[in-house]
Amino acid sequence: MTRENDALRILIADDNDSDRLILKTLMKHLGHQVRAAANGSEAVAIFADYQADIVLLDVLMPVMDGITAARKIKDMAGEEWVPVIFLTSLTDASALARCLDAGGDDFLTKPYNKVIIQAKLGAFNRMRQMHQTLSQQRDLISERNRQLLEEQQLAKRVFDNIAHTGCLDADNIRYHVSPMSIFNGDILFACPRPAGGMHVLIGDFTGHGLPAAIGALPIAEIFYGMTSMGFSGSDVLREINDKLVRILPIGMFCCAAMIQADFQLNQLRIWNGGLPDGVLFRKGGGRDLVISRHLPLGVLNASRFDAAMEVFHTSAGDSLLMMTDGVLEVENEEAEHYGEARLKHALDTAPDAETPIDTLLGAIRSFTGEQSGQDDLTLVSLDMVVASQFHEAAERLPQSALKGPAQWYCVYEVRDDTLAQFNPLPLLLHICMEVPGLRRKSADIYTLLSELYTNALEHGVLDLSSDLKTSPDGFSYYYTERDRRLENVTGHFIRFTLTHSTTRAGGQLAITCEDSGRGFDHNCQVTPGTRVDSYSPETKYSGRGLLLMQKLGHSLRYLEYGSRAEIVYDWELAIKQPGIGHE
Amino acid sequence: MNDKPHLDEEALTELQDVMEDEFDTLIEIYLKDSSERISYLRDAIGTSDADAFANAAHSFKGSSINIGAPQLGALCLKAEEAGKDNRFDEAAEVVDAIESEFQHVAQTLKRFLA
Repeated sequence: MTRENDALRILIADDNDSDRLILKTLMKHLGHQVRAAANGSEAVAIFADYQADIVLLDVLMPVMDGITAARKIKDMAGEEWVPVIFLTSLTDASALARCLDAGGDDFLTKPYNKVIIQAKLGAFNRMRQMHQTLSQQRDLISERNRQLLEEQQLAKRVFDNIAHTGCLDADNIRYHVSPMSIFNGDILFACPRPAGGMHVLIGDFTGHGLPAAIGALPIAEIFYGMTSMGFSGSDVLREINDKLVRILPIGMFCCAAMIQADFQLNQLRIWNGGLPDGVLFRKGGGRDLVISRHLPLGVLNASRFDAAMEVFHTSAGDSLLMMTDGVLEVENEEAEHYGEARLKHALDTAPDAETPIDTLLGAIRSFTGEQSGQDDLTLVSLDMVVASQFHEAAERLPQSALKGPAQWYCVYEVRDDTLAQFNPLPLLLHICMEVPGLRRKSADIYTLLSELYTNALEHGVLDLSSDLKTSPDGFSYYYTERDRRLENVTGHFIRFTLTHSTTRAGGQLAITCEDSGRGFDHNCQVTPGTRVDSYSPETKYSGRGLLLMQKLGHSLRYLEYGSRAEIVYDWELAIKQPGIGHE
Repeated sequence: MNDKPHLDEEALTELQDVMEDEFDTLIEIYLKDSSERISYLRDAIGTSDADAFANAAHSFKGSSINIGAPQLGALCLKAEEAGKDNRFDEAAEVVDAIESEFQHVAQTLKRFLA
């Protein structure tokens, strides 16, 4: 842009022939390019196609005076700064000041002095170049900023596809996430479990922006992937933690809570690592706190990480509220934090008819007043519902167009101490889900596999009697005993044999589950004539499993004293969409 | 009347230095323009056009100062002020003084021509 060695393009306008000649000659002497005009109008016309760097205008000229010409030239120059210097024999100070008020940048008085003219041109040229540099840098910054926003939009599209909100739109979930920033470092995911119920993960990364968003991507992948395959909340947590420890830089981690809701068992299992206390609202009034008992995800390595989830027994109508730090840290105009005391007060004085999440959001809004721009809140509430009211999201999946395996057979056997350490269900479910027609039935298949496996493990291999579970004391004894016996398992196996074949209407999956135990009296477990619908928490827990299987499967047979179970599951190509319990 | 010199020799020398070959042209242009301006001033008095008179005097003032004729410039300023104030009696007197000073300046300037 800058021409070499300060040679400038100069436009002169003076109606006085001799003065114009002097100035023009002087400028050429100084090594500049000059165009000259005899009045303001001519000067404006020349300026239109002669990009002058500096313009020198006589004030009083016929046709168009210098002040009008200056205004037009400044307009034409637009964003570029073209210095205008008025030529004048005016001597009184106020007349000179008027020249500058009228948009001039300086004035030159007659008689012209070569030294002063040279110095002024040099000074103006430096200012002009500085202005140019500033403009270029401003344009560069704004272009970079535009690029950055464009990239963020693009990244957000990818991000939203991977870290989608899952089943957050379910009827029993309410939530609020900040609309303020594309990546605010908060995460909120929900995913139905194949065995029924759902997982919800809420979290808050240290930091904001791109680094926080990048950490959220693997979490979303693991969370949705493993949950859909039937892994437990603890398994998902362990995997996420392990991943974050490996990929996050030191000092970066994710405060989070994992919620595993089981509407059949009326149970919430919750892991809180570094988030504010969650609140479990009981239907009949009363609240339980869900306290953080762990360090955030991404801090401890696998050997020290504790994924144990706290169990809460619930009933339909109970409601859980979890939130990120942003809720406690939100500031009002006096820069005070909202804090736990205000939160507790808001919940204590909440009107009955209002949901806790609405109460809290309302209270925060009136606390912050006009400062709503700082919204960095993530809250989620999950209502416990009657199991039959929770519709499986998998049922709504579109049927895959791919032809997967239709005729196949496989045997998978788990042995010895692996029985204590490894859950084979996700793997088995994964194999079954390779059949496109079975994908919408993942909940049914998972239930069958897990009931068969649980029976084989607990009643077969571990030789536990389900009678123990009839009393509350026995229930906890049962699980203590289960853990104890699991640690000492040797010489045992559980073997699954899966056979899939096509039928005219769809397909058939035959599952055989054998174990090395001495068998159990399965006849005692099913109360004849009991209908599944009338199942209530008072009925034997273990009985429920068998009834469910009978309901889902085409036929269920126990052989060899119960150490071998066979079940056949028929599925049909979905023309209409049959749900659970169709006949 | 005023003590400014008829010609500023130093300014003229500098001008000569800057203008080089163009110096003669400049002097010729100045002399021609100035004669025209004097008639123009007289015409403006005849038609009682105070603005035209003041503007012409202003322009004449600028070129005279630039060429190195400060006393003529001072007279032009006086004429300009008289024009602005509509003092035509005084204006006519000043134009007489301008004409006589110009004759003097012109003669001296011609000596500078090659």
